[in-house]
Amino acid sequence: MAKCILAVDDSPSIRSMVCFTLKSAGYEVIEAVDGVDALNKAKAKAMDLVLTDQNMPHMDGLGLVRALRQLPAYRSSPILILTTESGADMKSQGKAAGATGWLVKPFDPHRLIEVVQKLLG
Amino acid sequence: MTIDMSQFYQVFFEESAELLEEMEHLLLELDVQNPGKDALNAIFRTAHSIKGGSATFGFNEITETTHILESLLDKLRNDELQLRIEMVDVFLKAVDVIKVQLAGRQFESEVDAEVVAAICLRLNQLAQGTPAEAVAAQPTAAVAPAPAAEPVPPPSPQPPAQSAELVDPALENLFAILTGTAVAPEAESSASPASTEVAEPYGFYAELPPVDHPDNAAQATELAQPPTEAAPTRRVTDPPGIDKRRSNDRPDNEATSIRVGVEKVDQLINLVGELVITQAMLAQTASRVDAALYESLRTGLGQLEHNTRDLQESVMSIRMMPISFVFSRFPRVVRDLAGKLEKQVELKTVGEGTELDKGLIEKIADPLTHLVRNSLDHGVELPQKRLAAGKPATGTITLRAFHQGGNIVIEVGDDGAGLNREKIMAKARERGLAVSDTMSDQEVWLLIFEAGFSTADVVTAVSGRGVGMDVVKRNVHAMGGRVEIESALGVGTRISIRLPLTLAILDGMSVSVGQEIFIVPLTFITESLQPAKQDIRTIAGGGTVVHVRGDFLPVVALHEVLNIKSKVTDFEHGIMVIVESECSKSAMFVDNLLGQHQVVIKSLESNYRKVPGVSGATIMGDGKVALILDVDALVRTVSYDEAKSSV
Repeated sequence: MAKCILAVDDSPSIRSMVCFTLKSAGYEVIEAVDGVDALNKAKAKAMDLVLTDQNMPHMDGLGLVRALRQLPAYRSSPILILTTESGADMKSQGKAAGATGWLVKPFDPHRLIEVVQKLLG
Repeated sequence: MTIDMSQFYQVFFEESAELLEEMEHLLLELDVQNPGKDALNAIFRTAHSIKGGSATFGFNEITETTHILESLLDKLRNDELQLRIEMVDVFLKAVDVIKVQLAGRQFESEVDAEVVAAICLRLNQLAQGTPAEAVAAQPTAAVAPAPAAEPVPPPSPQPPAQSAELVDPALENLFAILTGTAVAPEAESSASPASTEVAEPYGFYAELPPVDHPDNAAQATELAQPPTEAAPTRRVTDPPGIDKRRSNDRPDNEATSIRVGVEKVDQLINLVGELVITQAMLAQTASRVDAALYESLRTGLGQLEHNTRDLQESVMSIRMMPISFVFSRFPRVVRDLAGKLEKQVELKTVGEGTELDKGLIEKIADPLTHLVRNSLDHGVELPQKRLAAGKPATGTITLRAFHQGGNIVIEVGDDGAGLNREKIMAKARERGLAVSDTMSDQEVWLLIFEAGFSTADVVTAVSGRGVGMDVVKRNVHAMGGRVEIESALGVGTRISIRLPLTLAILDGMSVSVGQEIFIVPLTFITESLQPAKQDIRTIAGGGTVVHVRGDFLPVVALHEVLNIKSKVTDFEHGIMVIVESECSKSAMFVDNLLGQHQVVIKSLESNYRKVPGVSGATIMGDGKVALILDVDALVRTVSYDEAKSSV
């Protein structure tokens, strides 16, 4: 059965791109527009991986990571933060929130697949 | 396998357009003294989103501009800088520049690189607190992120989307040293400039567990918990890739709407139009059969008529959009122009939720803009003049929209100087237009619609050239609408545009001329009458007029104009349909009035070709085609002919 990825970003064009890229690599993709939407969707269906943007309205990426880690289902599932900031500050915040790792934006689609495959196979 | 990113460009362009609109709106709403965290964050996010998208799709010049904008906004939202009104002006200009850059990518239109460089420079100056004048004389070398000249693209420390290469750490180091304590281009707000942070594209915080079954099983059992622990209900997940989904748990518009191409909606409207015509044909046939014998058939068809009308209304409403889509551009227009003219103006909008057809929204924008600019330029007076007249220094322009009958009325009003009757009449006489002192105010106001007419003392870059009002009138008429003016000297002016609610159906009067049936749009008809023989006069040089309550109206004899053989050629045996077109009344002579109908407009042009005097066609209940008359054009041909023959 195909692995299911939750892609969270408030930008429709980025979502389309991520969705298309991951599907072409054989994954199933669910899209969410911000942290709140993502949390609802993550609770309703088991996701194998969560890929989230940082800057979003209502609930940002770090907030989402923290909220997900509270759920038993997502205590140790892979969560990646897409960030435009590669500085040590963002990285440590991500780590503190409990993310599995980070991916710098803008990213090449192949890099995205590479990272996801490292986590999901 | 390469992934073609260009398929996402259109979404990005639309998304960015919306973001820019939101940014502009937020900027205009900003309280400069006390902007508030939320507002600044929201503005920051719009810039950030556009930057993210443009970087992903390789639109580097847009990334550059938005990055500088974003950095400045970041400082403002973190209280590192104080917001000033000139910053808002620069931000608004930046919005314009980014719009141009986007258009450059979307339509391959020209982008003035100097303008882009100038706005980037200004944004950077603001970020460092440098006043414009101080640095103006100097070349950009003094300011850290100099455009163009450097080998490394200045403001992006991140790797560009196209190449999978990392930014060479050595180069990045060099750049950091060159720019010293440069603040604007840095995305790493906390990292010191000398930081040699390698821009790794991704990373993991802990050693990854090997991705094989045992672990997956462990994860799988963990994940299997949700139904009992987390959500008590399982929602059916839509198949992936379909982003159109009705969701009831979010009040946002985004989750409860679907993007549909306009062609699909138009196709739907077309099909429903056909359905209405077919139903009308059936109704007509059914009206002729024996009522008692075919009672259930007639009842059924009556029901069909109701259903069809409901369907038609429903489908039309899909294309209806609130007029706020047009009104929303005006705060900016008023702000910019009032500033330029050194006037104080407040814009009020009423009835923004009033809906009208999407096609009309696009066409009404330009005429409305012209009217608003006129109000600003010629209507509202300079503050000193207003105070001297006992008015508040700040003038008010009101945009109002409401439904009335089967129309939508849009008003542009101001509390300015009002129209000057004497000036207008003088100007009209100057231009050789027929003017008499007994003309009503209404008739005098209509003079300003003549081409080239303007009583402006000074022709400004904005208006006064006199090419505007006649274009406004023509555009409104092309939409099947009317323009009306009310004004009082010293008090103000109000211009009303009345439009049909839809372009697809029309309320018309069907008339017969010889064997033919024509439709005259009801909006033009004021009354119909059968003239008495003595009221009909011919004028020297050709042409006929009919006397109606003290006025002599030119007669447009349709059987002559349209070259139709008719038995009814004596005017007192037919009907005069009094029509009001442009600014004058005329009498259209027809054989008979047949009845009032709501007809579905079919384009003659797309099915045959453009025919002068005809604005469209429809199919009547008996299946025959009836032409819809272009009243303005027909009236004009008669007056032109008369003018010709009287020379």
